[in-house]
Amino acid sequence: MSQAERISEIVACHRGREGALLPMLHELQAAFGCVPVEAHKPICAALGITAAELQGVIAFYEDFRAAPQGRHVIRVCRAEACQAMGAEAMIARLERALGVRLGETVGAVTLEAVYCLGLCACGPAAQVDDRLIARATPERLAEEVRA
Amino acid sequence: MKIYVPGDAAARALGADAVAAAVASQAGLRGLDIEIVRNGSRGMIWLEPLVEVETEAGRIGFGPLEPADVPALFDAPETHPKALGLVEEIPFFKAQTRLTFARVGRIDPLSLADYEAEGGLAGLRRALEMSAEARLDEVLASGLRGRGGAGFPAGIKWKTVAGAKAAQKVVVCNADEGDSGTFADRMLMEGDPFALIEGMAIAGLSVGATQGFVYIRSEYPNAIAVMRAACDAARGAGLLGPALLGNGPAFDIEIRVGAGAYVCGEETSLLNSLEGKRGTVRAKPPLPALHGFMGRPTVVNNVLTLATVPWIFAHGAEAYAAFGVGRSRGTMPFQLAGNIRHGGLFETAFGTTLGDLVEGIGGGTASGRPVKAVQIGGPLGAYFTPADFDMKLGYEECAERDGIVGHAGLVVFDDTADMGALARFAMEFCAHESCGMCTPCRIGSTRGVEVIDAMRAGDPEAETLLRDLCEVMTHGSLCALGGFAPYPVLSALNAFPAEFRPPRKEVAE
Repeated sequence: MSQAERISEIVACHRGREGALLPMLHELQAAFGCVPVEAHKPICAALGITAAELQGVIAFYEDFRAAPQGRHVIRVCRAEACQAMGAEAMIARLERALGVRLGETVGAVTLEAVYCLGLCACGPAAQVDDRLIARATPERLAEEVRA
Repeated sequence: MKIYVPGDAAARALGADAVAAAVASQAGLRGLDIEIVRNGSRGMIWLEPLVEVETEAGRIGFGPLEPADVPALFDAPETHPKALGLVEEIPFFKAQTRLTFARVGRIDPLSLADYEAEGGLAGLRRALEMSAEARLDEVLASGLRGRGGAGFPAGIKWKTVAGAKAAQKVVVCNADEGDSGTFADRMLMEGDPFALIEGMAIAGLSVGATQGFVYIRSEYPNAIAVMRAACDAARGAGLLGPALLGNGPAFDIEIRVGAGAYVCGEETSLLNSLEGKRGTVRAKPPLPALHGFMGRPTVVNNVLTLATVPWIFAHGAEAYAAFGVGRSRGTMPFQLAGNIRHGGLFETAFGTTLGDLVEGIGGGTASGRPVKAVQIGGPLGAYFTPADFDMKLGYEECAERDGIVGHAGLVVFDDTADMGALARFAMEFCAHESCGMCTPCRIGSTRGVEVIDAMRAGDPEAETLLRDLCEVMTHGSLCALGGFAPYPVLSALNAFPAEFRPPRKEVAE
């Protein structure tokens, strides 16, 4: 199936729902790793919104991106409960170990901050791809992306 | 033989999946016929993965378990070095009053049979037999207040929606649990999803709504999966759908996923987000109760509020209101988080003191160092110090000391915490998450970061400026994001002024 066909399939599948835009964007991102710019026109046409309105929504939410992330994504929690368990120092060491700074993608690895994974009694918390990791250490996280 | 290995996200993050695999393979090697139940967490997170083995005497716990500990579970359970005895006799568990969390950890979360066997659906069945007025009176009489943080009486909200005339009304569950230090919504959805579904069904029945949404933050993939499966099961069993439990009015629930915006935990921005818009805050009035999702009268309640409703209907408003202190009735699932020895979820009546929870139940810090501060109620909540350990936890009791209960997360810090940096972080977080609709929050938070930096660089006039700025944000912001961000800032400043000044050695230089 071509990209255009897949896009129109996803758009068509959600267009009839109330408040269809977020479910649509989530599914596009699950399919392509981002919201491809090629999807903008079909979305606007299906929902009767302007390009500016669509861009406004995509830009508002942290989750939606215009380009795919690295093959591995490490999300480290920076919120208070994890800070209380030394998250800031852990993140600084992780940045040095990986050679990747928060918010960057280097090679196959994307490193980004997240504000709470709901693992506040076993911090510092992190997520590597779809795996949650409690009491995270830089060594453990670096190992996860090497595996 | 039944063996329980939690499927809760925290347990899984601590290695429960590998433990479950080891249990299955060890049982296979021994030719034992066992059933592995992926239950919710009991809330004793320091013991996770906490495996339970069903025996005639009751469920025996073992934890925190690693795959290497599993063979001994079969070979010599009595002398297992990680044996904990009867799980429900562990003091942390036994001391609780579990109403909202009564079934969490006990049942298979996706088994409707388990749910009913442990009292599920009794509330909805009773509600279906009551008059419309009696249902609303029940919620009102229970004293139940919004557990998301605002503490607004649920019964009044429901009455407003019930009284509104509209072709369709809506029940929205706010599961955008973004506050650091809170995970009760997640645990409830993962451990007892039918309780939330039943609570929403009672809400729908009570206000005349047929449409329901659960808006879950995208950071909770495990909870999203469980809730989706539970809604499918509820629909399949005729609990939800064209007729509640086969003979009631129509009500159905759809799971929607957030997209990484903290502010969407605020009810009006959540509604905008549900409608497919930017999650910006709406000015009130009009109230969502009259003009909510797509302009329809809408109940917006937190997960814990709705999940408590079935208990109230099953046991009566009076029984619920018998717990608590002052105007804070019932129980609250407090969440002990951050640097704490026995972290987890502890449900108890309002009125317990901060010191009891942190020092008594929680056992002090995980690091073994003295407690320096406890932030209550998420990133917008105040920092309290051990001087406040006598404070009773209740909405009014915390407000009297310039703080909030919020969603009842307690984040503990030891004496290495830098309170000036934490105050700066509160402003930085507010700037990062501001929806931009109102100036005090949008601009004030960024100025707040700068002013705290100026203070810490030694600017003598910056403190007056910071206090002035906080006053503007408190009174001028459209919602609690900008309005409450001054709580952590001012409480830290008042308790630890020295940490807002330059480090001493720089002054000497």
